[in-house]
Amino acid sequence: MPAYEAVIGLEVHAQLLTSSKLFCSCPVRFGDEPNENICEVCAGMPGALPRLNKKAVELAAKAGLALQCTVNPMSLFSRKNYFYPDLPAGFQTSQLTPPICEHGHLDVTVQDATRRIGITRIHLEDDAGKCVHGQGATLIDLNRAGTGLIEIVSEPDIRSAEEAAAYMRAIHAILVCIGATDGNMEEGSLRCDANVSIRPKGSTTLGTRTEIKNLNSFRNIQRAVEFEIRRQEGCLEDGESIVQETRLFDAVKQVTVSMRSKEDAHDYRYFPNPDLPPVLVLAEELQAWEAELPELPEARKLRFIQRLGLNEEEAAALTAERATADFFEQALALCSNAKRVAQLMAAEFLRECAQQNIAPAQAAFGAAHVAELATLIDEGIISARIAHDIFPELFASGAMPRAFVTEKGLVQVSDSSELEGVVAEVLAENPAEVEGYRGGKTKLLSFFVGQVMRKTKGKANPALVNSLLEESLGKH
Amino acid sequence: MPLHTRTLLEAKAMLAQGETTPTALTAACLARIAATEPVLNACITVLEETAMQRAAQLEAQGNPNNLPLWGIPVTVKDLLCTKDAPTTCASAMLAGFMAPYDAFVVERLREAGAVIVAKTNLDEFAMGSGTESSAHGPTCNPWDAQRVPGGSSGGSAAGLAAGQAFGSLGSDTGGSIRQPAALCGCVGFKPTYGYVSRYGAVAYASSFDQIGPMARTVADCATLFGVIAGYDGRDATSAQLPAPDVAPALATKSLQGKTFGVVKELWEGGLSDEVAAACQSAVEAAKAQGAKVVEISLPHLQYAVATYYVLASAEASTNLARFDGVRYGLRAQGEHDLVGMYTASRSQGFGEEVKRRILLGTHVLSSGYYDAYFQKAAKVRRLLLQDFQAALGQCDALIAPVSPVTAWKKGEHVNDPLTLYKMDMLTLGLNLAGLPGVSLPAGLGAASGLPVGVQLMGRAFDDIALLGMANALEMALPRLGVPTGIPA
Repeated sequence: MPAYEAVIGLEVHAQLLTSSKLFCSCPVRFGDEPNENICEVCAGMPGALPRLNKKAVELAAKAGLALQCTVNPMSLFSRKNYFYPDLPAGFQTSQLTPPICEHGHLDVTVQDATRRIGITRIHLEDDAGKCVHGQGATLIDLNRAGTGLIEIVSEPDIRSAEEAAAYMRAIHAILVCIGATDGNMEEGSLRCDANVSIRPKGSTTLGTRTEIKNLNSFRNIQRAVEFEIRRQEGCLEDGESIVQETRLFDAVKQVTVSMRSKEDAHDYRYFPNPDLPPVLVLAEELQAWEAELPELPEARKLRFIQRLGLNEEEAAALTAERATADFFEQALALCSNAKRVAQLMAAEFLRECAQQNIAPAQAAFGAAHVAELATLIDEGIISARIAHDIFPELFASGAMPRAFVTEKGLVQVSDSSELEGVVAEVLAENPAEVEGYRGGKTKLLSFFVGQVMRKTKGKANPALVNSLLEESLGKH
Repeated sequence: MPLHTRTLLEAKAMLAQGETTPTALTAACLARIAATEPVLNACITVLEETAMQRAAQLEAQGNPNNLPLWGIPVTVKDLLCTKDAPTTCASAMLAGFMAPYDAFVVERLREAGAVIVAKTNLDEFAMGSGTESSAHGPTCNPWDAQRVPGGSSGGSAAGLAAGQAFGSLGSDTGGSIRQPAALCGCVGFKPTYGYVSRYGAVAYASSFDQIGPMARTVADCATLFGVIAGYDGRDATSAQLPAPDVAPALATKSLQGKTFGVVKELWEGGLSDEVAAACQSAVEAAKAQGAKVVEISLPHLQYAVATYYVLASAEASTNLARFDGVRYGLRAQGEHDLVGMYTASRSQGFGEEVKRRILLGTHVLSSGYYDAYFQKAAKVRRLLLQDFQAALGQCDALIAPVSPVTAWKKGEHVNDPLTLYKMDMLTLGLNLAGLPGVSLPAGLGAASGLPVGVQLMGRAFDDIALLGMANALEMALPRLGVPTGIPA
């Protein structure tokens, strides 16, 4: 079996975080009664005309800037024509040539290897409504129709399922960071289509590709692409050729299945939409938008590593979402021990958030709490161990840590005269271990520390315990 | 002199002086509609009740704010959306369709105090030049009921000539205001593309469609234009200009210092003798008013018909895609799958001419044909605009016939669409260029005794100057008198 190489390109659709739709003033909102948020424009009534939401242009341009694209000073809307009941005008308004952004790239790291993925283009388009299939009838809800989207099309530069998922994660982080989308994949705010082909390693020609539609989680992207690569390898091994087609991922069975073949492909008859003048982006506007861009996740991660001395893992955890990184920096303003704050956040706070399914910004335990807890450890008032033990309760109650530990009597014992007695007790109770230690088994130190901790109910200052133990054991 | 034969400005003056009332004017127009409709079929919906209510309401309020159209009965082409009356586009597809909103120009009419008395007949979705392709049946020409009124705004033109209203709003995509105005002997004005909002005008070809006024005089048209023109944020192609002051147009009485260009290509070949003669006398009238006349050429005009039918049909094919039977309009019964429902609904809902243009438009946008047809036509369109701009750099206005022939017999060209398309050559160049044009009566044809129209074409957004020149020319042209094909 020859070694194959996968060639993958992603088309990512992101719903823009605007308060109104792309071509009318209807609100973008989910969960309302069907067809509540519609007007003559987004319902495709006769005579209605579109007018462009300027905020959507700004968000698309910012996405382009964040993904190192050229933002075109002039781009055009085109009509993409096809019939479907959830498409009220009989065409989607999208961009063909030129799109608003082109020629960008994104660096993606998988297992310490960083590769640059080219971004062909980003274009603006409107979303369709949805069909609700019921018993004997299909109903149509146009609440989503006309919502603004950007489609980000990558070059076929991705080489593995893992890389595809990593690319999607990076896109997600960037778009959420700049406020272009809420990134809610469960609600479909961010989804992608994957174009997958394989070829013998070393070959420079492209194999026949299939397109997997509507992947709506990082996990599904990875699983679907993995499956599709294996399926295509299987086809070639069996001497079959790969059929150019559109496929769907069945998340339950973890397989992709054929949806329609190339022969059924539409001729979309794109042409410039005569109702919409060219989209102009002025140099001054673009400059202003660029100035408004926040620090992007990758740059922030590097800064956390280089300037604050965090390790890769901590920095990655803290910058995966902008809100988390903001939270971290708020805490940092109140407690300057970055490493301590980072460890607390990574080990305790984010874990708890994930377990309780609470967004960091929504937690009752805020940045000031984290900072105070870190300070308590720094000051030797409590140990990291105590911090860990009490964290779930602090997180749930939102109590201020200093008051909490005082009230509960958890303040660490740092009085050496008090601890000296406990150390002497422990040594007296464990003569065999003392002999062992003195005979060279210095690893037994942690045993003694544990014993002291048990007797003090964890409140002993560990550093002090260590030094007292070493001192006592060293006598003779 | 019966009320219904007055001009809009005369009626306005009579209202101001208390010589008549909004209800009297409205009742007169409704009576005139009742008397002439059996012959004309110019109206799809007559608004007897709402019009009389509105007139009474306006009458009760008086006119303290000097509304420019206070108490004036008007009609609108039945492709302009109205909340209070069906908007059918003369198509079975939209029979009885109630739009949920008023078109921008309808809002403007209402705000100006106008009384809408009827929605007028047209070629289905404005595709045609004889008002014969209407699901409501053809409209007849008030000068000879055996003949067409022109189109597509044929109902508006026929109704104005017959005294059904004092003004009307039509739409001009390839000549649909100017040509029926010419064939019925009234005045029709197609403004510069973008001067009047298209919001709420059911689209035929978006980059060509232009709403404009029709009336019995140039001054009446200008008055209506002053009401409907100006920026509308709901139409992204609307020009950011305020509503114009039309007083300078009404005050222009002479063509002294003006240069008129006689467009060679529009006078060559195909004109009937009587049309050529009447239009030639209009050129002489312009000279008599002081205009200097020069010959001018628009070399790319020979491609205008082909260019127009490629581009306009392409736009139409997608503009009409929304009529799919899903949300409103006709839905074919008895179909059990989606494609079957689409196919049957559109087959039953659209007439032959609409289907022809949808097919043509779909073809020229199809993969493999786009470059050869759509793209090429878009290039020719730019060249033609340059021709017009060069000509209007040398001339203040261009002058030409509107239709090569006077009104033809109903049914005469029904099976010959190409002949009809070719006759549009005199009008549709202007739509390709997006420029303003006004058609006014040049006289009655010597042979047929039917109205002949002449058009003036002007510079972009210089509409008021163009209307002024038309006003001055009108003064030197013969009055047509009363149409002979309808009850007096």
